[in-house]
Amino acid sequence: MSEEIEGTRPAIGEASHEEQQEMGDTVLSPEKAEEVKLKARFPHLGAKPGGSDLLRKRLQKGQKFFDSGDYNMAKAKVKNKQQLPAVTPAEKAEITGDHIPTPQDIPQRKPSIVASKLAG
Amino acid sequence: MAGAGGGGNDVQWCFSQVKGAIDDDVAEADIISTVEFNHSGELLATGDKGGRVVIFQQELESKNQPQCRGEYNVYSTFQSHEPEFDYLKSLEIEEKINKIRWLPQKNAAQFLLSTNDKTIKLWKISERDKRPEGYNLKEEDGRYRDPTTVTTLRVPVFHPMDLMVEASPRRVFANAHTYHINSISVNSDCETYLSADDLRINLWNLEITDRSFNIVDIKPANMEELTEVITAAEFHPNQCNTFVYSSSKGTIRLCDMRASALCDQHSKLFEEPEDPSNRSFFSEIISSISDVKFSHSGRYMMTRDYLTVKIWDLNMESRPVETYQVHEYLRSKLCSLYENDCIFDKFECCWNGNDSVVMTGSYNNFFRMFDRGYRQDVTLEASRESSKPRSVLKPRKVCTGGKRKKDEISVDSLDFNKKILHTAWHPQDNIIAVATTNNLYIFQDRLTSIQ
Repeated sequence: MSEEIEGTRPAIGEASHEEQQEMGDTVLSPEKAEEVKLKARFPHLGAKPGGSDLLRKRLQKGQKFFDSGDYNMAKAKVKNKQQLPAVTPAEKAEITGDHIPTPQDIPQRKPSIVASKLAG
Repeated sequence: MAGAGGGGNDVQWCFSQVKGAIDDDVAEADIISTVEFNHSGELLATGDKGGRVVIFQQELESKNQPQCRGEYNVYSTFQSHEPEFDYLKSLEIEEKINKIRWLPQKNAAQFLLSTNDKTIKLWKISERDKRPEGYNLKEEDGRYRDPTTVTTLRVPVFHPMDLMVEASPRRVFANAHTYHINSISVNSDCETYLSADDLRINLWNLEITDRSFNIVDIKPANMEELTEVITAAEFHPNQCNTFVYSSSKGTIRLCDMRASALCDQHSKLFEEPEDPSNRSFFSEIISSISDVKFSHSGRYMMTRDYLTVKIWDLNMESRPVETYQVHEYLRSKLCSLYENDCIFDKFECCWNGNDSVVMTGSYNNFFRMFDRGYRQDVTLEASRESSKPRSVLKPRKVCTGGKRKKDEISVDSLDFNKKILHTAWHPQDNIIAVATTNNLYIFQDRLTSIQ
């Protein structure tokens, strides 16, 4: 049984592991087909996928700010428009704020605590 | 077999309750980040991205409906963690609660550990249902009386009052983790617990906050040589010297604290051999273990990677004894799942009370149960549509190609923003808590009526 595997169509149904391995011998496994697609979209992707780059990004998780004033301003902005953020891009650039904060910009008050909606 | 699955042939899961807001506009703070039953199952705790903890308590069975197990209602809620700013690194420390773990109950109060990326806190939750009244030294409003007007001796008496549940932080365990805490686990000795971040695992005494012992350190001397990180860790349920930790490369290491102070050398290494010809760019990413859980018996452990759930026998390191496909149809979608970051989603998994069934979440608000004994699996959905009280959940099916049957949903129609990452199973009964993005669903099995 030969099956044409294209990148745009879901290729394998609920094939078991063994079936997939057999298919891998004659045609591209779904995983390898997806890899080909990815390399086509991101030609600069390194050869070491799980390695240092990805891991180091994971270790550095957390938004970096220029300083504490910048941080407080960003917090004040989030409180105004509380919404689900857009899906973060895979390559996250370091964010250092829109502009240099001045004393007038930084909010004085600590924002009040809102109760969880699960307890409502 | 329609309608059944999980916990034997005759278990039918019914909707019981749903907590949280109905509207689709989800505030980031309301995203549920952890769900955990306590050891008796009477209490159910949730943590969210806003650093808040909500604890639900199961009501005692009502006389009117003896076959309906009690409902869970709000017992206590408090702000566990606040956002912090690391001035040295100019980094924000999220207040998101990564994990909650209950301590076994020793007295009238309940204790739990909650952690964000950097700080673990021990919370005491206690009840107050009596208040002393009848002071003769004070007025009703608390002002002290003129002592010369006091002529008789009167001892205050405790009177019942409306139940008040108080949560107070008893210990704060801070400044011990350079990297982000992903796990905490209470030891069976009830005196110590471990906390694990990406590269290190620390051992704490619950009483001591200014000191912790490092028991695992996988940080390489040269960070360029970093190849794997710690993804989860847990103590053995009854061997106080044993713990396991999983890695981003799909391995699990079992360590014995009696062997040495620093457990960098594992006692056992669990790893499934991989066929190198099958290796792709995605292989390592999807093999990263997002959760590891010992069975209640302590004989087995379960791991969750992106596409599967694996059961390991602690006596056999060479390969898992059981492998269950959670959503194999995603294997041909890995490219888009990498682009939208979903491939990095960290799903958790859990055992039922007698270790016969395991459960884990998926996308489109689906969750999966695998019955180990009967070799059956079922896909169920947590949605508002199937939320009529005591309505039986209908099994769902994902169509992977070819003709789509009625009631099936095609892979391309799955909503990848609706992910169930956190689920919990009552320690004894067939009651499960399933967290969607911002709602908590509670399902129970429909007790078959005794004729």
